[in-house]
Amino acid sequence: MSETPEPQETETSAPRNVIEVRDLVTHYGDRMILKGISMDVHADEIMVIMGGSGSGKSTLLRHLMALEHHTSGTMRILGQDIDELNNVELVDLRQKLGVAFQGGALFSSMTVGENVMLPLFEHTKLDRKTMEIMTRMKLQVVELGGFENLMPSELSGGMIKRAAFARAIVMDPKILFCDEPSAGLDPVVASQLDDLILLLRDALGMTVVVVTHELDSAFKIADRITVLDRGEILFIGTPDELRASDNQRIQNLLNRVAEDDTMDAETYLNRLTGDEPAYRPL
Amino acid sequence: MQEAETKNGFVNFTEKVGRLTVAGVEEIGMGAMMVVETFYWLIFGRREKQAVRLGAIAEQCVAVGIQAIPIIALLAATIGMMLAIQGIHTLRIFGAESRVTVGISFSVVREFAPLITGIVIAGRSGSALAARIGTMKINQEVDALYVMGINPVRFLVVPAMVAMMIMLPALTLFSDFVGLFFAGVYVNLDLGISLAAYADETIELLSVDDLMHGLGKSAIFAVLIAVIGVVNGASVQGGAEGVGKATTRAVVQSISAIIVTDMLFAFVVTR
Ligand SMILES: Nc1ncnc2c1ncn2[C@@H]1O[C@H](COP(=O)(O)OP(=O)(O)OP(=O)(O)O)[C@@H](O)[C@H]1O
Ligand SMILES: [Mg+2]
Repeated sequence: MSETPEPQETETSAPRNVIEVRDLVTHYGDRMILKGISMDVHADEIMVIMGGSGSGKSTLLRHLMALEHHTSGTMRILGQDIDELNNVELVDLRQKLGVAFQGGALFSSMTVGENVMLPLFEHTKLDRKTMEIMTRMKLQVVELGGFENLMPSELSGGMIKRAAFARAIVMDPKILFCDEPSAGLDPVVASQLDDLILLLRDALGMTVVVVTHELDSAFKIADRITVLDRGEILFIGTPDELRASDNQRIQNLLNRVAEDDTMDAETYLNRLTGDEPAYRPL
Repeated sequence: MQEAETKNGFVNFTEKVGRLTVAGVEEIGMGAMMVVETFYWLIFGRREKQAVRLGAIAEQCVAVGIQAIPIIALLAATIGMMLAIQGIHTLRIFGAESRVTVGISFSVVREFAPLITGIVIAGRSGSALAARIGTMKINQEVDALYVMGINPVRFLVVPAMVAMMIMLPALTLFSDFVGLFFAGVYVNLDLGISLAAYADETIELLSVDDLMHGLGKSAIFAVLIAVIGVVNGASVQGGAEGVGKATTRAVVQSISAIIVTDMLFAFVVTR
């Protein structure tokens, strides 16, 4: 937690902190949801946000994606204070963000390929052929090559998630957000998605912010973990620091999930040590 | 105790009425915003780097308009014949059945064609619009549009609203012809007036004003249907059940709005 350098403008072209949140307070109606959150996301890291149900993870993520208005505090994304952006600048900024939503949020009236192509179609002047090639390439990254003509309703849950990733990365975003990537998937598919997230960061150089419930998945992919508790930050640090923490709340969180995992201890250990079936490119 | 409870009941009731009123006003405000935004995107979309896509409008035109042709033809034909039957039956009392064309032509062009077309489109396309937007909202597809830097009003609402504003008058014109034709067929069969004579009389009776009265109304119906569909879709809450409720509400509200507007329009214009 202490190794985080003070937030400051570095002279390099890309800011070291791609996201800087200071004293963020948000409300739904009269209810305060986030109660003064300060956190940074460093360039090229995988930041995992954890916390109990209703602790405000999704809310925080929606703010980080500039989808909601906050009550007070400041938020800088890629060096830009989002309060100071006009609509056109906000649209420009959003093109540098990719989001894989929890349920995929693919447009059901479009084919998988059209879904992935949509951001290109809307924001670039590329010709159709080029867009199709780019779409196919991104679909291959998520191992869905050849599926572009299927409708989303013809895909399995895991494939929908992967298609959502393909759409999220089609504009080569600087930051990729995912809400509960592995929710509702069986462990094997969930672990493939973890591999995919690691691949996207390593191969495409993206910063990734992931919300997840799954402790083993968090430990596998996270460079740093943020733990939210009832709208406040309980912990920010590396997975090792999290494990070493003697905070009772954090221990509860760790133990509860660890208990759930006793049935499958071997897989759990394997995942911690990275003994996973390696990602197979097509 | 008893008194407190009655008072509570009364307070509750007033509160409920108040809340419903606020919600109603909010929805009307939202609808008005939607109309303003639609025109904003049509005019300034390019400046915001989000031009409205003609392809999307054309697609909606097919869904709203072309696919509705068979059912509208059927209903317009039926209404035309119904007006002829009823008109002849009524005028026979005065032995004036040969004057039936007057009643038919004005009723079809000024009232029944726009009304029946509006009601069919409200049932077919207003409901579909509410369902589509509602489903997209609960599946986070609307959020997905925002983060992709695609304004949902520009992307979803504008094509639907423009398509309705084009297709509803077009379909109304179509049902004018179909309704008048089938009324003529019945008149021909019953009274032996030739179709040519019937057509001549109709053309003589009807002015451009009458035609525009019907078509203008249908354009207003188009805005009502689109806005009511969108507002209901956008306020969907809580899963698939919510979508079903919103769809039903959209149909009931838009048909009511069409009929009330029709009456107001007739009242204002015939003054
Ligand atoms: N649209 C909304 N309107 C009102 N309240 C909301 C809304 N969305 C979330 N909340 C409230 O905000 C709080 C935080 O919700 P959030 O979805 O951020 O939690 P979460 O940590 O993502 O939970 P989960 O793990 O269950 O997804 C909850 O108490 C929730 O009831
Ligand atoms: Mg959540």
